[in-house]
Amino acid sequence: MAIDFRNVTKTYPDGTAAVENFTLHVPSHTCTVLLGSSGCGKSTLLRMVNRMIDPSSGAVLIDDNDVATTEPVALRRRIGYVMQDSGLLPHRRVIDNIATVPRLTGASKADAHRRAQELMEIVGLDAALARRYPKQLSGGQQQRVGVARGLAADPNILLMDEPFGAVDPLVRVELQRELQRIQTDLRKTIIFVTHDIDEALTLGDQIVVLKKGGEVAQIGTPENIVEAPANDFVAQFLGLDSARRSLKAAPREGGGWLVSDGRGRPLGVVDSAPDQQHATD
Amino acid sequence: MNHLIDAFDVLLDPESWSGPGGFGVRMLEHLWYTALALIISAAIALPVGLMVGHTGRGRALAVISTGLVRALPTLGLITLAALFVGIGLTAPMIAFVVLAVPSILAGAYAGVESVSPATTDVAKAQGMSGWQVLLRVEIPLGLPLIIGGLRNATLQVVATATLAAYVGAGGLGRQLFLGLRTQDYPLMLAASIAVILLAIVLDACFEFSQRLLRRLLGLV
Ligand SMILES: Nc1ncnc2c1ncn2[C@@H]1O[C@H](COP(=O)(O)OP(=O)(O)OP(=O)(O)O)[C@@H](O)[C@H]1O
Ligand SMILES: [Mg+2]
Repeated sequence: MAIDFRNVTKTYPDGTAAVENFTLHVPSHTCTVLLGSSGCGKSTLLRMVNRMIDPSSGAVLIDDNDVATTEPVALRRRIGYVMQDSGLLPHRRVIDNIATVPRLTGASKADAHRRAQELMEIVGLDAALARRYPKQLSGGQQQRVGVARGLAADPNILLMDEPFGAVDPLVRVELQRELQRIQTDLRKTIIFVTHDIDEALTLGDQIVVLKKGGEVAQIGTPENIVEAPANDFVAQFLGLDSARRSLKAAPREGGGWLVSDGRGRPLGVVDSAPDQQHATD
Repeated sequence: MNHLIDAFDVLLDPESWSGPGGFGVRMLEHLWYTALALIISAAIALPVGLMVGHTGRGRALAVISTGLVRALPTLGLITLAALFVGIGLTAPMIAFVVLAVPSILAGAYAGVESVSPATTDVAKAQGMSGWQVLLRVEIPLGLPLIIGGLRNATLQVVATATLAAYVGAGGLGRQLFLGLRTQDYPLMLAASIAVILLAIVLDACFEFSQRLLRRLLGLV
């Protein structure tokens, strides 16, 4: 399921131009990351896909069908949406929150709960949490419930709005890996919003770097963007200008290399450099 | 003080509870009037209040009209209604409904409005229709306030239901008016105490159910 933004503009009633003339092709079965700082229009763009927001002008298309011609309730049920700050229903237990969409589309309670339990395991939630209410969970646990809920109806399209914002770096990496694993198996069309550059580089098949008002600073693969930032804005966002990503390697005493960034901050070690390996082969 | 002791003597005497005109029958009548008035009022006020809260439309109208209706004197209303429909239960029932509707209406729209926009946004984003948002999110989360409205209405009606006897219907008002006419102050007091007890018991039932609900809804 490919998604197309065609000259999309969104001006809120108070006059805020959140997105101006935005065009993007999101290829089927890939993960596109929208990367940009706070307030640049990422959530606005995402919510136009499931018609939580209707564009002021332009159109969003899914497989060449304008979403404006689709009934919003049906549309939302077949699009997984992981909301910024988890967005759980406070009066429903974890398991029922996860089962929301399958229940809406007619799954039996038993089936929906079985599926919800599987998903809890996949996102690394202890089964004992199933009977809790959202506010009895930590922020990170709530976000995982949000991710599990987004996957519950097995949607072809997944919209993820900073889904791992509230989890610690270790768990974050774990969840990113889990998402990659899910993506290898299921090949969904994902739009993933983040302002974390490392997360974007990890997950994106395609990265869209955004400036204020949803202006596209660069579109490309992670390699494209690191190797050839299109402009100063992108370079700055990546931290290239601050020498964070221009790496130096120094030989270590016992062999191998110590890698540090442009400021001399040590990043890690390389046991043997690739070209050396070639040389000795 | 003597009257009060005598009043309790009346209440504790099994004699005064038995028979067709005894406290037992009158209390059941009283309860029945209260329940009937609440059912009719709820049937009118709940749907209207829920829709006002859900859509936000007609809110100003609801606020103003409930304020106006609240200002009407109940006794005057009963007398007026009795002029049209005659002696019996209909006239006081009209007045009780008028009395109960504003509280129930206010509880209903306040309950729905108390649900944060962020929560209804979540419900919509998951693909709930307008009705599903109302039935599965707004009503459950607003239930404590909605029941609070019913609770207020119940207390008002249970106290005012004594006036039914004023135009020839039954209820504990019978005992009260009888005591008044025959200057039997212990009887009057006994009737008042019975009404107060009834109100306290009903209120306690509401308190209990509201607490239970909050727990069931995960709100505590
Ligand atoms: N309902 C609204 N009414 C008016 N302005 C809004 C509304 N929602 C968002 N905005 C404004 O539109 C702009 C884009 O908002 P949006 O939520 O899309 O940003 P974002 O990129 O998701 O930011 P963040 O990373 O902080 O979530 C912001 O300037 C915001 O203040
Ligand atoms: Mg956002």
